[in-house]
Amino acid sequence: MSETSVVTNESATESTTNNEDAIVSYKNITKSFGDVEVLKGIDLDIKPAEKVALIGPSGSGKTTIIRMLMTLEQPTSGEIIVDGKNLWHMEKNGELVPATEKHLREVRGDIGMVFQHFNLFPHMTILENCMTAPIHVQKEDKASAKKRSIEMLEKVGLGDKLDNYPSQLSGGQKQRVAMARALVMRPKVMLFDEVTSALDPELVGEVLEVIRDIAKEGEMAMVLVTHEMEFALDIADRVIFLDNGVIAEQGPPSKVLENPDNERLQQFLHRFRG
Amino acid sequence: MSNWQWDTFFEAFPLVVEGLGITISLTFACYLCALIVGFIWTFIGRMKMKPLRWVLSWVMEFIRSTPPLVQLFFLYFAWPMVPYVGVTLDPFTCAVLGLGVHYSTYIGEVYRSGIDNVEKGQWEASKALNFSTPKKWTKIILPQAIPPTIPMLGNYLIIMFKEVPLASTIGVVGILQLANNYGAQNFRYLEPLTIVAILFLVLSYPSALLIKKLENKMNRRFDKKEALHSMKESKGAVS
Ligand SMILES: Nc1ncnc2c1ncn2[C@@H]1O[C@H](COP(=O)(O)OP(=O)(O)OP(=O)(O)O)[C@@H](O)[C@H]1O
Ligand SMILES: [Mg+2]
Repeated sequence: MSETSVVTNESATESTTNNEDAIVSYKNITKSFGDVEVLKGIDLDIKPAEKVALIGPSGSGKTTIIRMLMTLEQPTSGEIIVDGKNLWHMEKNGELVPATEKHLREVRGDIGMVFQHFNLFPHMTILENCMTAPIHVQKEDKASAKKRSIEMLEKVGLGDKLDNYPSQLSGGQKQRVAMARALVMRPKVMLFDEVTSALDPELVGEVLEVIRDIAKEGEMAMVLVTHEMEFALDIADRVIFLDNGVIAEQGPPSKVLENPDNERLQQFLHRFRG
Repeated sequence: MSNWQWDTFFEAFPLVVEGLGITISLTFACYLCALIVGFIWTFIGRMKMKPLRWVLSWVMEFIRSTPPLVQLFFLYFAWPMVPYVGVTLDPFTCAVLGLGVHYSTYIGEVYRSGIDNVEKGQWEASKALNFSTPKKWTKIILPQAIPPTIPMLGNYLIIMFKEVPLASTIGVVGILQLANNYGAQNFRYLEPLTIVAILFLVLSYPSALLIKKLENKMNRRFDKKEALHSMKESKGAVS
């Protein structure tokens, strides 16, 4: 155990110095569920402010990739570096040991996530949904957390619903609250897992519009798992095609989506464009 | 064979009612014990160590499949004889431990179901927002887990109330024991025992109704907030 750890340690430190400009680096990440190897060695650097779209067939491991960064799933091997800090391992007496919850908390503060099924807190109003983490996690004072939350909810177009409960909102509105809730935490990297796929078709537009606005604003890196190819083409700096647990093709959206080399990607896109 | 005698009834009534204080305080003491020990079971059940959880499920199974009366007798009569660890307990303490621990296994199950009913997405959202473990429990999980269990917990309070007469077998003098004493002295059981039955009915039935009401309220709790809110809103629109 310690031998392999030391090796990983070296390679991890080495490559961090190589990619100092990356906010997130996946280093040879694998992930198995039981006997099934879902991810088979992912190497991926995400630059600050970069907008990455993750596409691929169902079951190719897109969700798993971002869930590992949110610490909802633990990699089987490999390292994830967030802003220079190793996420899943920490150093103890010169050796890499599995991260404690305390360490995970320190590192994951930089990451935010929006879920497919919103996961709003049903016992809180939407304003409370936004305020609770700044107050109880970041220890911000209540007045300023409230002010920022209201501003954020106004920005996503829900300034008139502050005292409503999530159960009173439409799917699109819920998802916009979920985005506001994640944004008030000021993450450096924001993850979106098919955030429009649980919505009625007529509500997809309003949510994409908000994401577009966030993307334009800038400094935050974004990783979007999406099936909205047009949308990916529009906002992404880079599109990554995941297939069978590996990155099969990646590059600028115009290249990957309109002139792909990979045959499986061609088929995949063909099915989408129909 | 004697018929119903009202003067016996009125004579016995104050004597039997005197035991109500003991019966009710024993009920609450047993219940409190069950709530606390149930919490401990739930806590152990959530620990990551597998062997511990395994032992726990055996202990729970053992406690549940033994009748409470047997447990009471064991605690009161047999426990003092056990070498080294045996101690003599007074009847009240014995009843609190016996009934409390027996029902704690059911109460623990109620807690567990409350927690399990909180959706997986809520845990994930708490993690994504980087909540500490204590804040996650106090702000996110428990406020959602507890309300639906309140009617069930209330039911167990009533069940406990009805189980407490068992304690008379080891000499806790509640209403049943007093009625029995009266009967033995005066050779009349009908009136005193009727009084006991009436007292139980008068106390349990309204409590059961109250809990039913609470249950309906809990089922509708988010609608309630909606209703309140839309009321506020429509008022605002008018003014
Ligand atoms: N907790 C889990 N336990 C077992 N298998 C899992 C688990 N989570 C994911 N998998 C499996 O891992 C594979 C990749 O899942 P993942 O959810 O990452 O795919 P995806 O690319 O997001 O697919 P989709 O487009 O359908 O959301 C799938 O085969 C899935 O069944
Ligand atoms: Mg997915």
